[in-house]
Amino acid sequence: MIEMRDVGFGYHGGPELLSNMTLTLQPGMFHFLTGPSGSGKTTLLRLCYADLLPTQGQMSAFGNDVRQLSRDGIADLRRSIGVVHQDTQFLDHLPVAENVALPLSVAGQAVDMTALRDLLGWVGLSQHARAMPPSLSGGERQRAALARAVVLSPDLVLADEPTGNLDWDMSMRLMQLLVELNKSGKTVLVATHDLNLIRATKAQVAARVLRIANGTLQLAGADL
Amino acid sequence: MKRTDFRALSLGTLWQGLMRDGGSGDRIVPPTGFTAQLTLFSAGAMAFLAVFALALALATGRLADRWASELAGSVTVRVSAPSDQQAARTRAAMQVLSTTPGAGQPRLLPPEEVAELLAPWFGPDMPVDALPVPALIDLPVAGDDFDAQGLRLRLEAEAPGAVLDDHTEWRRPLVSAANRLRVLGIVSLLLIGAASAAMITLAAKAALSANGQVIRVLRLIGARDITIATAFVRRFTKRAAIGAAVGTLCGMAGIAMLPGMDAAGGFLTGLGFQDWGWLLPLLIPVVAAAVGFLATRWAALKMLGAVR
Repeated sequence: MIEMRDVGFGYHGGPELLSNMTLTLQPGMFHFLTGPSGSGKTTLLRLCYADLLPTQGQMSAFGNDVRQLSRDGIADLRRSIGVVHQDTQFLDHLPVAENVALPLSVAGQAVDMTALRDLLGWVGLSQHARAMPPSLSGGERQRAALARAVVLSPDLVLADEPTGNLDWDMSMRLMQLLVELNKSGKTVLVATHDLNLIRATKAQVAARVLRIANGTLQLAGADL
Repeated sequence: MKRTDFRALSLGTLWQGLMRDGGSGDRIVPPTGFTAQLTLFSAGAMAFLAVFALALALATGRLADRWASELAGSVTVRVSAPSDQQAARTRAAMQVLSTTPGAGQPRLLPPEEVAELLAPWFGPDMPVDALPVPALIDLPVAGDDFDAQGLRLRLEAEAPGAVLDDHTEWRRPLVSAANRLRVLGIVSLLLIGAASAAMITLAAKAALSANGQVIRVLRLIGARDITIATAFVRRFTKRAAIGAAVGTLCGMAGIAMLPGMDAAGGFLTGLGFQDWGWLLPLLIPVVAAAVGFLATRWAALKMLGAVR
């Protein structure tokens, strides 16, 4: 799925933020990526969906060397990976339902309205289908972003600090959705600095916890 | 970003995307009132001006041809001699002219016509007979074998005092002026096209820059360059075509309302289209759409190059 071997990355030719990263995302597994703010969690996720390219090492996504991907190849890769961005990234001039269906539109696929309604119902946004994104609360925006991330039924779902601005109940509600996704066979990688959230989620699903420390990736200890 | 990375954005592919129904794809571009109005207005205004520039180019072309053919269609022979020899020399000149290859039947202008020619300078009641006015002979040019220089030499030898005027001194600056006006019209058309392209490109760049975040989001959710570019190109091509169509129709209406070409026979009244010439302005919206298409494509390529 995603394989990194001795991957390093530094912004604009500067010192490496990440170095000697070796990682294999195992299909069907729930992964947590943790580490302090600024440690490189978002950078690692951006490497996964080819928003950044490694400056060192080898990296492949779904069997393709990410450095060799054309622009269309990158677009195709992103259709295989659902991403919940930290800042949600909506088109504010389109209502929630159209934002959620947007990956289908840009992929040239017909929108199944029943499936779309079901999806909005799954994330608890049936009543907000026609609302405009700026009118949503933080939790609603994150759930809408999750719905958009999975509308193309990707094999891999990445979530970057999805609970960063949410209270505990809302955070757990969102994590529950991600656990459900994982139990339906999707591979999930959640970047978060919230260790309590990781512990609470691990009570519901077997999860592999990876920690970024000093620019390198380590498997977390037994405390997690 | 390597240029070859944009293979999928070839003109053909983009054109096919343009011809398809936009549907929901067009909605991904937010409505941008300012750039929409700017594009519509500039395309309309430029098309309006282009109609007049086109009319000018066509009219001056016709004018140059007409002046050239009218003035080249005949020559004038002026016979000056003492009054007691005037008739004999005129007869000799008529004899030479009637045997000149490529020339039609020479016609000696009667005193009334000569008086008419002089009227603007001397008034209508001038007694021409009292003046030493030369005899004027109008000689139509009937064939390509007419040799003005040869005739000039024959007249010098056989009819002293007869001078050939083939209107070259008149004709050259007039035809030259008309030709320059035609070039000016064509240059105006080119400048209008370039200015239109610049304005549409600016409007497209402004719209693309204002929608940088939209483009980034679309790329992040898996949109290909062609999908994004087509949405913008379709919108700007339509605006350029619609604005230019309106401007062209207004320009054509303005031309149609000018006085008829034969009303006064002057230059300005000839500023219009004739026959199939009325079809030419209809190309302006097509050209404007092509300019919009290419300008927006260029701007989209530049913008997409900055987004991974």
